[in-house]
Amino acid sequence: MFAFFQWLEATGGSLALRESILAYPIVESTHVLSLCLFFGLIGLMDLRLLGWALPNVPVTQFTSRIQPIGVVGFAVMVISGLLLFYSGPIRAYTNIFFRVKMILIALAGLNALLFHATIFKSVGDWESATLPPPRARLAGALSLLFWSGVVVCGRMQAYKWFD
Amino acid sequence: MDLLPYFEALEASGPGVVIKESLWLFPVIECVHLLALALLGGAVLITDLRLLNLGLKDQPPVDLERRLHPWLLLALASLVLTGVPMFLSEAVKCFYSPPFWYKMGLLAVAILFTLTLRRRLVAAGSRPGALLSIGLWFGVAFAGRWIAFY
Repeated sequence: MFAFFQWLEATGGSLALRESILAYPIVESTHVLSLCLFFGLIGLMDLRLLGWALPNVPVTQFTSRIQPIGVVGFAVMVISGLLLFYSGPIRAYTNIFFRVKMILIALAGLNALLFHATIFKSVGDWESATLPPPRARLAGALSLLFWSGVVVCGRMQAYKWFD
Repeated sequence: MDLLPYFEALEASGPGVVIKESLWLFPVIECVHLLALALLGGAVLITDLRLLNLGLKDQPPVDLERRLHPWLLLALASLVLTGVPMFLSEAVKCFYSPPFWYKMGLLAVAILFTLTLRRRLVAAGSRPGALLSIGLWFGVAFAGRWIAFY
Protein backbone atom coordinates (compact mmCIF):
# COMPACT_ATOMS: atom_id res chain seq x y z
CA MET A 1 0.00 0.00 0.00
CA PHE A 2 2.88 2.33 0.89
CA ALA A 3 4.35 1.99 -2.61
CA PHE A 4 1.01 2.89 -4.14
CA PHE A 5 0.73 5.99 -1.96
CA GLN A 6 4.29 6.97 -2.93
CA TRP A 7 3.30 6.73 -6.57
CA LEU A 8 0.08 8.67 -5.89
CA GLU A 9 1.96 11.42 -4.09
CA ALA A 10 4.32 11.81 -7.09
CA THR A 11 1.50 12.29 -9.61
CA GLY A 12 1.10 15.73 -11.17
CA GLY A 13 -2.39 16.32 -9.74
CA SER A 14 -1.28 15.59 -6.18
CA LEU A 15 1.64 17.99 -6.49
CA ALA A 16 -0.48 20.70 -8.10
CA LEU A 17 -3.13 20.50 -5.36
CA ARG A 18 -0.51 20.38 -2.60
CA GLU A 19 1.21 23.51 -3.84
CA SER A 20 -1.83 25.47 -5.07
CA ILE A 21 -2.53 28.83 -3.46
CA LEU A 22 -6.32 28.73 -3.81
CA ALA A 23 -7.47 25.18 -4.57
CA TYR A 24 -6.10 23.60 -1.40
CA PRO A 25 -7.66 26.15 1.02
CA ILE A 26 -10.97 25.91 -0.88
CA VAL A 27 -11.03 22.09 -0.64
CA GLU A 28 -10.02 22.29 3.03
CA SER A 29 -12.75 24.86 3.83
CA THR A 30 -15.36 22.79 1.97
CA HIS A 31 -14.34 19.78 4.05
CA VAL A 32 -14.70 21.71 7.32
CA LEU A 33 -17.95 23.49 6.40
CA SER A 34 -19.72 20.34 5.23
CA LEU A 35 -19.20 19.27 8.84
CA CYS A 36 -22.10 21.59 9.74
CA LEU A 37 -24.31 19.98 7.13
CA PHE A 38 -23.33 16.44 8.03
CA PHE A 39 -22.51 16.27 11.72
CA GLY A 40 -24.77 19.23 12.55
CA LEU A 41 -27.83 17.42 11.21
CA ILE A 42 -26.86 13.85 12.18
CA GLY A 43 -25.78 15.12 15.61
CA LEU A 44 -29.21 16.66 16.19
CA MET A 45 -30.79 13.39 15.10
CA ASP A 46 -28.59 11.65 17.71
CA LEU A 47 -29.71 14.19 20.32
CA ARG A 48 -33.32 13.40 19.35
CA LEU A 49 -32.61 9.67 19.85
CA LEU A 50 -31.31 10.55 23.31
CA GLY A 51 -34.55 12.45 23.98
CA TRP A 52 -32.70 15.75 24.48
CA ALA A 53 -33.51 17.81 21.35
CA LEU A 54 -36.91 18.28 19.64
CA PRO A 55 -38.56 15.49 21.70
CA ASN A 56 -41.94 16.35 20.11
CA VAL A 57 -40.70 15.44 16.60
CA PRO A 58 -41.17 11.74 15.69
CA VAL A 59 -37.85 9.95 15.12
CA THR A 60 -39.05 8.75 11.71
CA GLN A 61 -39.31 12.35 10.49
CA PHE A 62 -35.61 12.69 11.25
CA THR A 63 -34.64 9.44 9.55
CA SER A 64 -36.74 10.10 6.45
CA ARG A 65 -36.15 13.85 6.01
CA ILE A 66 -33.05 14.98 7.90
CA GLN A 67 -30.86 11.92 7.35
CA PRO A 68 -30.90 12.22 3.51
CA ILE A 69 -29.70 15.84 3.76
CA GLY A 70 -27.02 14.69 6.19
CA VAL A 71 -25.98 12.06 3.65
CA VAL A 72 -25.48 14.83 1.07
CA GLY A 73 -23.19 16.53 3.59
CA PHE A 74 -21.37 13.21 4.08
CA ALA A 75 -20.83 12.86 0.32
CA VAL A 76 -19.29 16.35 0.19
CA MET A 77 -17.04 15.42 3.13
CA VAL A 78 -15.90 12.19 1.46
CA ILE A 79 -15.16 13.85 -1.89
CA SER A 80 -13.29 16.80 -0.35
CA GLY A 81 -11.61 14.40 2.09
CA LEU A 82 -10.38 12.17 -0.74
CA LEU A 83 -8.97 15.25 -2.46
CA LEU A 84 -7.18 16.27 0.74
CA PHE A 85 -5.77 12.75 1.04
CA TYR A 86 -4.71 12.88 -2.61
CA SER A 87 -2.77 16.08 -1.94
CA GLY A 88 -0.52 14.26 0.55
CA PRO A 89 -1.09 10.50 0.81
CA ILE A 90 2.16 9.67 2.62
CA ARG A 91 1.68 12.41 5.21
CA ALA A 92 -1.82 11.09 5.96
CA TYR A 93 -0.91 7.40 5.80
CA THR A 94 1.89 7.77 8.34
CA ASN A 95 -0.18 9.96 10.68
CA ILE A 96 -1.57 8.21 13.78
CA PHE A 97 -4.60 10.52 13.99
CA PHE A 98 -5.51 9.73 10.38
CA ARG A 99 -5.44 6.01 11.14
CA VAL A 100 -7.56 6.37 14.29
CA LYS A 101 -9.95 8.59 12.30
CA MET A 102 -10.45 5.88 9.66
CA ILE A 103 -11.18 3.30 12.38
CA LEU A 104 -13.68 5.65 14.05
CA ILE A 105 -15.48 6.24 10.71
CA ALA A 106 -15.80 2.47 10.30
CA LEU A 107 -17.15 2.17 13.87
CA ALA A 108 -19.66 4.99 13.25
CA GLY A 109 -20.83 3.22 10.09
CA LEU A 110 -21.13 -0.10 11.94
CA ASN A 111 -23.14 1.61 14.71
CA ALA A 112 -25.56 3.05 12.12
CA LEU A 113 -25.93 -0.34 10.40
CA LEU A 114 -26.60 -2.14 13.70
CA PHE A 115 -29.13 0.56 14.72
CA HIS A 116 -31.10 0.03 11.51
CA ALA A 117 -30.81 -3.78 11.75
CA THR A 118 -32.07 -3.92 15.36
CA ILE A 119 -34.23 -1.44 17.30
CA PHE A 120 -35.12 0.66 14.22
CA LYS A 121 -37.13 -2.30 12.87
CA SER A 122 -39.72 -1.63 15.61
CA VAL A 123 -39.54 2.18 15.25
CA GLY A 124 -43.31 2.28 14.66
CA ASP A 125 -43.79 1.39 18.32
CA TRP A 126 -41.63 4.18 19.73
CA GLU A 127 -41.13 6.86 17.05
CA SER A 128 -43.19 9.42 18.98
CA ALA A 129 -41.80 8.55 22.42
CA THR A 130 -40.18 11.54 24.09
CA LEU A 131 -37.55 9.15 25.43
CA PRO A 132 -36.71 6.36 22.94
CA PRO A 133 -35.83 2.85 24.21
CA PRO A 134 -32.33 2.23 25.66
CA ARG A 135 -31.00 0.49 22.51
CA ALA A 136 -31.92 3.56 20.41
CA ARG A 137 -30.43 5.94 22.96
CA LEU A 138 -27.23 3.87 22.96
CA ALA A 139 -27.03 4.19 19.15
CA GLY A 140 -27.46 7.98 19.43
CA ALA A 141 -24.80 8.27 22.14
CA LEU A 142 -22.30 6.09 20.22
CA SER A 143 -22.90 8.06 17.03
CA LEU A 144 -22.17 11.34 18.85
CA LEU A 145 -19.07 9.79 20.43
CA PHE A 146 -17.63 8.27 17.23
CA TRP A 147 -18.27 11.29 15.01
CA SER A 148 -16.91 13.68 17.63
CA GLY A 149 -13.81 11.50 17.71
CA VAL A 150 -13.60 11.72 13.92
CA VAL A 151 -13.73 15.53 14.08
CA VAL A 152 -11.09 15.64 16.83
CA CYS A 153 -8.73 13.25 14.98
CA GLY A 154 -9.27 15.16 11.74
CA ARG A 155 -8.24 18.40 13.41
CA MET A 156 -5.30 16.81 15.26
CA GLN A 157 -4.01 15.33 12.01
CA ALA A 158 -2.62 18.77 11.19
CA TYR A 159 -0.39 18.63 14.26
CA LYS A 160 2.43 16.17 13.61
CA TRP A 161 2.97 15.10 17.19
CA PHE A 162 3.87 11.46 16.78
CA ASP A 163 5.33 11.38 13.27
CA MET B 1 -6.69 55.03 15.68
CA ASP B 2 -3.96 52.43 15.88
CA LEU B 3 -5.28 49.21 17.37
CA LEU B 4 -2.06 47.19 17.10
CA PRO B 5 -0.77 48.04 20.62
CA TYR B 6 -4.03 46.70 22.08
CA PHE B 7 -3.68 43.45 20.13
CA GLU B 8 -0.07 43.15 21.29
CA ALA B 9 -1.19 43.66 24.89
CA LEU B 10 -3.89 40.99 24.50
CA GLU B 11 -1.36 38.49 23.14
CA ALA B 12 0.95 39.28 26.06
CA SER B 13 -1.86 38.70 28.56
CA GLY B 14 -1.83 35.70 30.93
CA PRO B 15 -4.24 33.43 29.02
CA GLY B 16 -2.68 34.35 25.67
CA VAL B 17 0.81 33.39 26.86
CA VAL B 18 -0.33 30.16 28.56
CA ILE B 19 -2.05 28.93 25.38
CA LYS B 20 0.82 30.01 23.12
CA GLU B 21 3.39 28.19 25.23
CA SER B 22 1.35 25.01 25.52
CA LEU B 23 1.76 22.28 22.92
CA TRP B 24 -1.74 20.85 23.28
CA LEU B 25 -3.98 23.63 24.64
CA PHE B 26 -4.62 25.39 21.31
CA PRO B 27 -5.48 22.17 19.39
CA VAL B 28 -7.80 21.00 22.18
CA ILE B 29 -9.64 24.34 22.29
CA GLU B 30 -9.78 24.22 18.49
CA CYS B 31 -11.51 20.80 18.60
CA VAL B 32 -14.21 22.06 20.96
CA HIS B 33 -14.62 25.11 18.70
CA LEU B 34 -15.19 22.79 15.71
CA LEU B 35 -17.68 20.54 17.54
CA ALA B 36 -19.62 23.62 18.65
CA LEU B 37 -19.57 24.82 15.03
CA ALA B 38 -21.24 21.58 13.96
CA LEU B 39 -23.93 22.02 16.62
CA LEU B 40 -24.52 25.62 15.56
CA GLY B 41 -24.79 24.44 11.96
CA GLY B 42 -27.39 21.82 12.86
CA ALA B 43 -29.43 24.16 15.08
CA VAL B 44 -29.48 26.92 12.44
CA LEU B 45 -29.98 24.64 9.43
CA ILE B 46 -32.99 22.65 10.66
CA THR B 47 -35.13 25.80 10.97
CA ASP B 48 -33.75 27.48 7.84
CA LEU B 49 -34.11 24.33 5.71
CA ARG B 50 -37.71 24.05 6.96
CA LEU B 51 -38.39 27.59 5.70
CA LEU B 52 -36.99 26.46 2.34
CA ASN B 53 -39.45 23.55 2.48
CA LEU B 54 -36.73 20.97 3.15
CA GLY B 55 -36.30 18.62 6.09
CA LEU B 56 -38.88 18.58 8.89
CA LYS B 57 -41.82 19.67 6.72
CA ASP B 58 -44.49 18.47 9.16
CA GLN B 59 -43.28 20.80 11.90
CA PRO B 60 -44.24 24.49 12.17
CA PRO B 61 -41.08 26.60 11.59
CA VAL B 62 -41.86 28.78 14.63
CA ASP B 63 -41.95 25.70 16.85
CA LEU B 64 -38.61 24.41 15.48
CA GLU B 65 -36.96 27.79 15.96
CA ARG B 66 -38.22 28.08 19.55
CA ARG B 67 -37.16 24.56 20.52
CA LEU B 68 -33.76 24.79 18.85
CA HIS B 69 -32.98 28.22 20.28
CA PRO B 70 -31.37 26.85 23.50
CA TRP B 71 -29.11 24.58 21.38
CA LEU B 72 -28.16 27.51 19.18
CA LEU B 73 -27.31 29.60 22.26
CA LEU B 74 -25.30 26.72 23.76
CA ALA B 75 -23.33 26.36 20.52
CA LEU B 76 -22.79 30.12 20.23
CA ALA B 77 -21.63 30.40 23.85
CA SER B 78 -19.20 27.48 23.36
CA LEU B 79 -17.88 29.04 20.15
CA VAL B 80 -17.26 32.41 21.83
CA LEU B 81 -15.75 30.83 24.96
CA THR B 82 -13.29 28.82 22.84
CA GLY B 83 -12.80 31.49 20.17
CA VAL B 84 -11.68 34.23 22.58
CA PRO B 85 -8.76 32.21 24.08
CA MET B 86 -7.60 31.17 20.59
CA PHE B 87 -7.69 34.82 19.54
CA LEU B 88 -5.73 35.89 22.63
CA SER B 89 -2.93 33.43 21.81
CA GLU B 90 -2.43 34.87 18.33
CA ALA B 91 -3.94 38.37 18.49
CA VAL B 92 -1.18 40.01 16.44
CA LYS B 93 -1.47 37.41 13.66
CA CYS B 94 -5.23 38.06 13.64
CA PHE B 95 -4.60 41.82 13.43
CA TYR B 96 -2.78 41.31 10.13
CA SER B 97 -5.22 38.69 8.80
CA PRO B 98 -7.94 40.06 6.46
CA PRO B 99 -10.18 36.96 6.98
CA PHE B 100 -10.17 37.70 10.74
CA TRP B 101 -11.67 41.16 10.19
CA TYR B 102 -14.22 39.82 7.69
CA LYS B 103 -15.16 37.14 10.20
CA MET B 104 -15.64 39.62 13.06
CA GLY B 105 -17.76 41.91 10.89
CA LEU B 106 -19.94 39.05 9.67
CA LEU B 107 -20.14 37.58 13.17
CA ALA B 108 -21.48 40.84 14.61
CA VAL B 109 -24.14 40.99 11.88
CA ALA B 110 -24.99 37.27 12.24
CA ILE B 111 -25.42 37.50 16.04
CA LEU B 112 -27.52 40.68 15.81
CA PHE B 113 -29.65 39.15 13.05
CA THR B 114 -30.16 35.86 14.91
CA LEU B 115 -31.09 37.50 18.22
CA THR B 116 -33.34 40.22 16.81
CA LEU B 117 -34.83 39.84 13.32
CA ARG B 118 -34.70 36.09 12.83
CA ARG B 119 -37.64 35.07 15.00
CA ARG B 120 -39.95 37.52 13.20
CA LEU B 121 -38.75 36.35 9.78
CA VAL B 122 -39.32 32.71 10.78
CA ALA B 123 -42.85 33.59 11.95
CA ALA B 124 -43.46 35.24 8.57
CA GLY B 125 -42.14 32.12 6.80
CA SER B 126 -39.52 34.25 5.02
CA ARG B 127 -37.39 32.30 2.53
CA PRO B 128 -34.97 35.22 1.95
CA GLY B 129 -34.59 35.34 5.75
CA ALA B 130 -33.55 31.67 5.76
CA LEU B 131 -31.05 32.25 2.96
CA LEU B 132 -29.65 35.30 4.76
CA SER B 133 -29.27 33.28 7.97
CA ILE B 134 -27.46 30.43 6.19
CA GLY B 135 -25.34 32.90 4.20
CA LEU B 136 -24.25 34.89 7.25
CA TRP B 137 -23.19 31.87 9.31
CA PHE B 138 -21.57 30.21 6.28
CA GLY B 139 -19.57 33.41 5.78
CA VAL B 140 -18.49 33.49 9.43
CA ALA B 141 -17.31 29.87 9.36
CA PHE B 142 -15.63 30.19 5.95
CA ALA B 143 -13.75 33.36 6.89
CA GLY B 144 -12.82 31.69 10.19
CA ARG B 145 -11.16 28.79 8.43
CA TRP B 146 -9.22 31.20 6.22
CA ILE B 147 -7.59 32.94 9.19
CA ALA B 148 -5.21 29.95 9.10
CA PHE B 149 -4.31 30.61 5.44
CA TYR B 150 -4.00 34.40 5.22
